[in-house]
Amino acid sequence: MRVIAAMSGGVDSAVAAARAHEAGHEVTGIHLALSRNPASYRSGARGCCTIEDSNDARRAADVIGIPFYVWDLSERFHADVVEDFIDTYAAGRTPNPCLRCNEKIKFAAVLDRALALGFDAVVTGHYATVRTTADGGVELHRAVDAGKDQSYVLGVLDEHQLRHSLFPLGDTPKSRVREEAAARGLLVADKPDSHDICFVADGDNAGWLSEKLGDRAPNRGGEVRDEATGEVLGHHEGSWAYTIGQRRGLRLGRPAPDGRPRYVLDIEPVSGTVTVGPRASLAIDALHATELRWCGAPLPAGTVLSGEQITVQLRAHGAEHRAEVRVGDDRLEVTLLDHAEGIAPGQAVVVYDGTRVVGSGTIASTHRVGAAEVGDTSLSSVGDEA
Amino acid sequence: MSRTVYLDHAATTPMVPAALEAMTRQLAVVGNPSSLHASGRRARRVVEEAREQIAAAIGCRPGEIVFTSGGTEADNLAVKGITWARQGGESDRRLVLASAVEHHAVLDPLQWLVEAGEADLELLAVGDDGRLDLDRYAAALERDPRVVALVSVMWANNESGAVQPLAEVVRLAHEHGIPVHSDAVQALGVLPLDVAASGLDAVTITGHKVGGPVGVGALVVRREVGVTPLLHGGGQERDLRSGTLDVPAIAGFAAAVEQAVAQQAAHAARLADLRELLVRGLRAAVPDVVVNGPAEAFAADGSPLRLPGVVHASFPGCEGDSLLMLLDARGIECSTGSACSAGVPQASHVLLAMGREDDEARSSLRFSLGHTSTADDVAAVVAAIAPCVERARAARA
Repeated sequence: MRVIAAMSGGVDSAVAAARAHEAGHEVTGIHLALSRNPASYRSGARGCCTIEDSNDARRAADVIGIPFYVWDLSERFHADVVEDFIDTYAAGRTPNPCLRCNEKIKFAAVLDRALALGFDAVVTGHYATVRTTADGGVELHRAVDAGKDQSYVLGVLDEHQLRHSLFPLGDTPKSRVREEAAARGLLVADKPDSHDICFVADGDNAGWLSEKLGDRAPNRGGEVRDEATGEVLGHHEGSWAYTIGQRRGLRLGRPAPDGRPRYVLDIEPVSGTVTVGPRASLAIDALHATELRWCGAPLPAGTVLSGEQITVQLRAHGAEHRAEVRVGDDRLEVTLLDHAEGIAPGQAVVVYDGTRVVGSGTIASTHRVGAAEVGDTSLSSVGDEA
Repeated sequence: MSRTVYLDHAATTPMVPAALEAMTRQLAVVGNPSSLHASGRRARRVVEEAREQIAAAIGCRPGEIVFTSGGTEADNLAVKGITWARQGGESDRRLVLASAVEHHAVLDPLQWLVEAGEADLELLAVGDDGRLDLDRYAAALERDPRVVALVSVMWANNESGAVQPLAEVVRLAHEHGIPVHSDAVQALGVLPLDVAASGLDAVTITGHKVGGPVGVGALVVRREVGVTPLLHGGGQERDLRSGTLDVPAIAGFAAAVEQAVAQQAAHAARLADLRELLVRGLRAAVPDVVVNGPAEAFAADGSPLRLPGVVHASFPGCEGDSLLMLLDARGIECSTGSACSAGVPQASHVLLAMGREDDEARSSLRFSLGHTSTADDVAAVVAAIAPCVERARAARA
């Protein structure tokens, strides 16, 4: 096949490209320029958007012996990922930009362009596995290395996208990938993994968001209220600085009566009220999600997924929770058999059947154990329910 | 992949055998031209003979040639060095006039001077063919000639191929005693170039655009023009430029310049024929292609209006970088304009200055023919372009 290898400048995508090349594919390496002004994105070896990363990717392509180009996806990236990130925060939710980037950029804008230019597939260094079934269908599965598995951030890929994706690292532990990179003479072998949000310069998410949100509601001050008593415990300068489940940086004047730490339980984007309470109040036992994506054939409304094999994952590298999943009309109703904690609307719920990714949705609301829903259906003050 | 079709001579040219031979001969021997002993004198003689060789070829005095590390350094030395030297004392000469289509090696140091508060910059408009608008130039000059430190207008543009009306530029500036610099790296060896006849005060040339080595060039600057040095040290080049002279590169540079200038007329005629073939072929293969730059090769008085070897063309509905990649995969090497350090394609400032829209500017390719180009090369491009354009259009849809 003629394939495009998306090379971030990191070790995983370099080894993925090398493996595709070795497997006999005609590989062309590309690095995505996601900013018109690369210096404004993260510097150092942590992000994936700097000139240094672009040079690392180029050197890896040289070592592998494949052509290399930079593709300018800055406009699409800004519109589909950065704006979405800011808008989601503005709505009081917690976005996952990596999923959006996979859905809209790497396996959409890049894939479309690659197919039009005469390529057959896109290769990336994601840890996940695509399998073809006996009847010709495609399935997305977890990677062998559970610690590195990235099927969660790929849970937005549909059948077409999966058919044109190659993930050569799905069967390999990360440590072996580093050894292999070193053995292949790839200088990125010991480059640290990237974890932060690539488009936030210097890693200061708070400062960056505050600037981008401008005078939108979450950037205005509000109250921090106690869940149980409804009492105002303090004031904050912008609700964007809070995420459900957050414990640090609450800057509350007084300790809780029981002396235990308090956590963010709810963020109300219009009034800016942040509700806090004890850890026990973070537990949720149900959620509902919209904006469904199916990794294969879509399941019809009315389908119920249940059994030991059915699990959901609620954040990147998060735990698996056994669950019962009811498919509605562009809506998933998920009952969690194992309670989850600190789950924020805006994040993705990815549904698994064993190791297979069934599909995903964006969490719209969560249901706390023994309480009302949190999220877009629950605009009432939590304090009133106590 | 079949053979490589190299059509990027405006970026760099393959070295000619004479230059390679002159250079390698010097690489094998020791000698610092500043040393006083026999080896030093031998090296010095090579440098001075090279200087004389180049001076004879381009019509200047040997003492006017300041060897540099290449075109970028020579441009920096000219625009910063002359601007600085023109200031101080009673004078308030802070304004530099430069064409909007100058190479970044001229524009960026000027921008840097502006940001440092050391100069003002006025960019001179060009017409849609990429040639300087002389009326607006005259107006800018006449507004207050006493404050003008320098005029910098390139001899021929590296993207559009447009040759600038330097005779008029120089005449008007000299009426007010204002020095004129010109970056002539694209013109040397391709157009008739006589520094003395041009009246220019400073001219940038470089080795690797004329079949010489990379990493060597020169600023040709009249002795009467004050220039503040950028590099201080041993004072090797008239105290204007310090640094141990690169004898092998200078020898290769001189050999290349001598040959290029000797063959210039025949070379230009051959390139013009190939260019005609290429333009006709592109138009037949892609009917809506737009060829940028001056439409005519020569003015009524016989002076050249464009570089004979450059075809700059816009392919509507395509991204230039898609086209480049598709052609590259077929062994055909060209460029989308001037390269960028990060590899991020930016719309060319040259095309934008010529009044093109951002989209149009980004749909362009530059093919530049040179001494290794053949009719077979042209035929290869013409055969490949239609399917590549079709693909690139689909990728953009």
